[in-house]
Amino acid sequence: MMSPSDFFSVPLDDWVNSLVRDWLVPNFRPFFRSLQWPVTQVLNGLSGFLNATPMLAFTFVLSLIAWRTAGRGTAIFTLTALCFIDLIGLWPETMTTLAMVVTAVFFCVAIGIPLGVLSSQSDTFRAVLRPMLDIMQTIPSFVYLVPIVMLFGVGVVPGIIATIIFALPPIVRLTDLGIRNVREDLTEAALSFGATAWQTLVEVQFPLAMRTVMAGLNQTLMLALSMVVITALIGAGGLGLTVFTGLGRLDVGKATAGGVGIVMLAIVLDRISQAIGEKRTIRSPSLLSTIGYLFSLRRDTPAAGAKRAD
Amino acid sequence: MSFKITGNNLYKIFGESPAEALVLLGEGKSKDQIFEQTGQTVGVNGVSFNVAEGEIFVVMGLSGSGKSTLVRMINGLIRPSAGEILIDDIDVAACSANDMRQIRREKVAMVFQHFALLPHKTVAQNVAFGLKIRGVNSADCRERAMKALAQVGLGARADSYPDELSGGMQQRVGLARGLASEPEILLMDEPFSALDPLIRADMQQELLELQRSLKKTIVFITHDLNEALTLGNTIAIMRNGSIVQTGAAQEIVGKPVDDYVSAFVRDIDRSLVFTSQSIAQPAETLDLEHADAHSALRHMDRLKRHAVHVVDKGRLAGIITYRSANDLVRNGGQLADAIQTDFPLVRPETRLFDLYHLAQRGLPIALTDDADRLVGVVEPKAIFAQLANGKA
Repeated sequence: MMSPSDFFSVPLDDWVNSLVRDWLVPNFRPFFRSLQWPVTQVLNGLSGFLNATPMLAFTFVLSLIAWRTAGRGTAIFTLTALCFIDLIGLWPETMTTLAMVVTAVFFCVAIGIPLGVLSSQSDTFRAVLRPMLDIMQTIPSFVYLVPIVMLFGVGVVPGIIATIIFALPPIVRLTDLGIRNVREDLTEAALSFGATAWQTLVEVQFPLAMRTVMAGLNQTLMLALSMVVITALIGAGGLGLTVFTGLGRLDVGKATAGGVGIVMLAIVLDRISQAIGEKRTIRSPSLLSTIGYLFSLRRDTPAAGAKRAD
Repeated sequence: MSFKITGNNLYKIFGESPAEALVLLGEGKSKDQIFEQTGQTVGVNGVSFNVAEGEIFVVMGLSGSGKSTLVRMINGLIRPSAGEILIDDIDVAACSANDMRQIRREKVAMVFQHFALLPHKTVAQNVAFGLKIRGVNSADCRERAMKALAQVGLGARADSYPDELSGGMQQRVGLARGLASEPEILLMDEPFSALDPLIRADMQQELLELQRSLKKTIVFITHDLNEALTLGNTIAIMRNGSIVQTGAAQEIVGKPVDDYVSAFVRDIDRSLVFTSQSIAQPAETLDLEHADAHSALRHMDRLKRHAVHVVDKGRLAGIITYRSANDLVRNGGQLADAIQTDFPLVRPETRLFDLYHLAQRGLPIALTDDADRLVGVVEPKAIFAQLANGKA
């Protein structure tokens, strides 16, 4: 049988090679390297802080947060899970992983929410952004690990950058969705009182989209955790590295321990972030009041708030 | 005479190329034909209107008649495809986005059908929203919000959240939010449609009460003719994007211009619309100084009435019936002694509805103006004639 490839072929691999190797790498390497700087700063800060915090203190604070936001069950689970991680000897690795994940999520929020807001305001921008998000979500992460290594080198920070690329789409999409789903008459009311587009966004649209944005944040967090093992391939440490070395040495025990650590961390972070998204939602969107609420000592406040929301 | 709001030849076409549809409209094509030909919808079709300062102008129409579009043109939420809207002689259809925003902040406030309260803000914060947007500091915001809430009787609920309030209370908050920025014009887009009937009636009365002291220029949208008749100083009835009739309640009910309007007004309680003045006859009083029983009888015979009012030195003294005048002629006596001083008396603007119990006595009802001068009389049978008018 004949096929078009008998007469003609498309050397896509060569094209990509020349694009990345001959053009991107020599011309833009310093630029990409400089992109690492902010990531490195945040990561170092976080990592230093988390590794310096005593295990018991950290466990206590996280359990307290879990209790204030998600209730007693999650608090007990958090306490148990963190103690278990410590008992299986993976505490430092877990803290490294947590620092990486939080750093990645931090940048996802910093980049993703503005992108989501822009995309909610302009249909054109959304039309351009959507296919890019689709690509970011569907392209296998192994595919872009290679160019990332070529442009950024190996290590933790390139791993985090790969994680950001992979975990960014949900928060962009859900910010966009949340803002677009705000009741039209509320937006109209804001405009009818003479609000500017920015005032409408800040006073009405974004606070009301908060619940959806928080769902996006939760998804982003989960995707970031799922990249932990893959980034270990290019030299990131933490629990991923434990799993990866276990895999390399056919050490089932070690790989399992690392895997259990990731799952425990994932469940704790998921429950807490979900609870924050659901409870706080509509009422008080400011960061300050959130923090105040997390640490307020009167247990009855969130319950009253929840009743009102019903 | 200059009006607060004037609309001149307004059109709104929803679709890709309004200019094309405008040309077709000019050629006399109908709304449906234009939709078939171009896929565009004619929202408002050549509407002109005038709203005087301090009046309640009610736009009444069924859904899809273009009334919501019309009211949104006044504050620029929807820009007209053609025509002009003048607020204090400034064309808001043509002004810049910045000027429009300024007008919305200072002159025109809006109240919405489904309240449109912000669920994440307290009642007081909702009411102060317009002020905050303008950059009023938070202490002033609070103070003015409390003042507006007091006007609608909700001062005690300032720190509740909207979802803790009933529908009627929520709309009061909506109204307070409209009033807080002290606008000259209040646009109300079916504000009471989402409320149940009893609360709706309460709110209508409260609005009228507020309006008595506030004297805002109000454009009120409704699909309920009863509501329109209760509230409106002027009523415009819209159909298919055009205004088919504009006038006071009595004109709309008394002289509907076409079958569409008469179909609407058929089931209206006419006694709530018509005032005593509309069926008043000249008083034709007797002057006590120059009259006696005989002249009184002749006077009533000529008028074919069975009672007339008597004036003494320019003041309304009472009423004399045909029977008592007749008794006087037969038995003798002073005309002044036969006068009944206890007789029904109302203002010219009293509605027929409130005349029923007075009409029971069978005496003509006196209409007096603010200076207590007799301006006319209403015969009980005239009441029923007016009520029956529409049912012929």
